[in-house]
Amino acid sequence: MKRLLPIFVVASTVFLSGCALLDVASEAGATIGQATGAITPGQAESIKRSAGAVSKAMEDITPEQEYYIGRAVAATILKTYKPFDKADANQYLNLLGQSLAAASDKPETFKGYHFLVMDTDEINAFAAPSGFILVSRGLIRCCKSESALAAVLAHEVGHVQCGHGLQAIDKGRLTSALTTLAVEAGKNLGGEQLAQLTTAFEGSITDITGTMVNSGYARKLEVEADKAAITILQRVGYDPNGLKAMLEEMGRRMQGGDHKGFAATHPTPDQRLKEIAPMLGAGTSPEPKARQDRFQGSVTGI
Amino acid sequence: MTRYRTALLLVLILVAGIALAAKPKAMSVQVQKCELRATPSRLAKVVAQAKYGDRLTVQETRGEWQKVATADGAATGWVHSTALTTKKIVLSAGSKDAQLAASSDEMAMAGKGFNSDVEKQFKDKNKDVDFTWVDKMETFVAQPEQMQQFLDAGGVTAAKGGAK
Repeated sequence: MKRLLPIFVVASTVFLSGCALLDVASEAGATIGQATGAITPGQAESIKRSAGAVSKAMEDITPEQEYYIGRAVAATILKTYKPFDKADANQYLNLLGQSLAAASDKPETFKGYHFLVMDTDEINAFAAPSGFILVSRGLIRCCKSESALAAVLAHEVGHVQCGHGLQAIDKGRLTSALTTLAVEAGKNLGGEQLAQLTTAFEGSITDITGTMVNSGYARKLEVEADKAAITILQRVGYDPNGLKAMLEEMGRRMQGGDHKGFAATHPTPDQRLKEIAPMLGAGTSPEPKARQDRFQGSVTGI
Repeated sequence: MTRYRTALLLVLILVAGIALAAKPKAMSVQVQKCELRATPSRLAKVVAQAKYGDRLTVQETRGEWQKVATADGAATGWVHSTALTTKKIVLSAGSKDAQLAASSDEMAMAGKGFNSDVEKQFKDKNKDVDFTWVDKMETFVAQPEQMQQFLDAGGVTAAKGGAK
């Protein structure tokens, strides 16, 4: 029974949530490590315990705090990528994006989902926590229909829904920041505590933007975001094959091109196509003319 | 004797469980603005609004949607569960509850930790990070009826309900 218990814990954690990776990974790691004799039972316990503390710390990030993290991440990314200041395009992106976000598993964030076009030819997109989503002109050009663009936005909503940005925060940083909060939240913060919190905040922003811009999320998280995207598209009524069409076009555009940003931080379009293939129905439904017309009108100039 | 005591204990736990389940559940709004809707659907008409920290009484649950009543009972409507938390949210830092909230699992402090003060410090230390467009992004808001119109005009029809 004692041996069975960890397996049961792993299995039950997996079934609880499609997004709960942290617990699963550490539990599985601790169990396998112990079974193979790589670590002692005591060490295994300690790994599980500290993972528990981290998931607790993650829970302690309230939607309000996630919002401030998301704002700073988006502002930091906009240092490198300039906004595309065209009201029509941004309005269209928000109507579409917010319609999709409303159908996600996390329709409510502290101040909602907001979308912005980045003025760059590079194929790239970023989903900052709490729903600040940035999509490049280069990536929008990979979309030949509204369904394809919907797939791009739904993928980014998927990252927000699963909390992938927050997971990039260094665990130690989080616990130290939250210890400060736990002690000091009762009073107005003094100068020193505020300085300490700001350091933890800055560090968290660096962790997240560093992951998004340089190293990228683990392939597993990208697959998770693609899966979330397909579910969202189906709920709203877009053809999930839009994701396929977009990835195929992206694959063509990336060939020989210098798209270091996205290519370095995402699995190749081919890898993603392989992963999503079993989830897609056969045959693409044609886009109604009114929809195709408004799509083309809105992305003109992008 | 031991068996009897165990049985009694089990009965007690069961009774306590039923009592807890029967009590109407109060939840707090954990987002800045929470819309109460006429039906449990993402595009349903908004009938009332609640704000951050408001306590709402849950009357019914259907999937991820909860039918809630405002504290004064003046309004009822459907809210998605991601807008709510079981924790009591303490809004004012000076209150007695605030000190409890800091270390409690049942309560949370509004504005604790990463907040507008921290953002201000962050801006002071990172003058090259400009929040102008982030502020502008927050003004991009589509109303439910605009989304409905947008989807209708594009011939986008959902196979089944909204957010689950």
